[in-house]
Amino acid sequence: MTELVFYIFAFLVLLSALLAVTVSGLVRSIFLFFATLFSAAGLYVFALADFIAITQVIVYVGGVLVLMLFAFMLSDKDVLNTLQKMQQKVFGMQHIAALLVAVAFLVVLVTVITKTDAEIPGWMQVSPEKFVQPEDNTANLIGVQVMTRYLLPFELVSVFLMMALVGAAHIARKEPRS
Amino acid sequence: MIPFTHFMLVGAILFCIGLYAVLTKRNAIQILIGIEFMINAAIINFVAAGQYDKDRMGGQLFALFAIVMAAAAVAVALAIILKVYQHYKTIDPDKIDQLRN
Repeated sequence: MTELVFYIFAFLVLLSALLAVTVSGLVRSIFLFFATLFSAAGLYVFALADFIAITQVIVYVGGVLVLMLFAFMLSDKDVLNTLQKMQQKVFGMQHIAALLVAVAFLVVLVTVITKTDAEIPGWMQVSPEKFVQPEDNTANLIGVQVMTRYLLPFELVSVFLMMALVGAAHIARKEPRS
Repeated sequence: MIPFTHFMLVGAILFCIGLYAVLTKRNAIQILIGIEFMINAAIINFVAAGQYDKDRMGGQLFALFAIVMAAAAVAVALAIILKVYQHYKTIDPDKIDQLRN
């Protein structure tokens, strides 16, 4: 039963991602992107990572999606018009080449994944008692690790985020007329 | 428990959809969406591997770090896109072919 729900979520991820790439119209594409992220959060729950799933919903839906809609609204109507013109000439040479590259890469990845035969990878199989169990409190485990083993990457990533946001605000500001 | 391989397959297909979007789209925001798909494919693999590692929680921790990085990347990229739009009045990457004005 839970397997069935997992495959429904996986199907939703792939379907909405495909539609977001193929559909015409930027706003539709942005909202399908949002649907993809939401169903990907569902997949994380099945990997016993509930905290990551909540973070995904908060950061992506609360932050990234709103940013993208802002960027869309601050640019002009012309953006949409040029987009519609592009859709008129379907499947140019460039599309076929890109499709070939993407499909070839997919074939390579799928071959590698099926060849490795990683039902549960070998290096993980040594100690099944170290697997995360559904009744574990993952937020607690993550919090302990963040404050001990991963303290340096955690601080680095927070400083990096602040630098990036300050830099973004600096780039996007209006320049004073001189 | 869902097999690890199925998570990897979903991630692989999502990555290739993102690759296709990056290669074909004529709109910088949609290219950004393609990049986000690729990042999410990587995060799915991190999280799926993280469920076998309770001692260190490496997979889930680095999935968190990757989400933060993606948010920072989107903020900077959208600022650059807005600036490019103000300057060129378009966000079609094919038409932006000068570094100096």
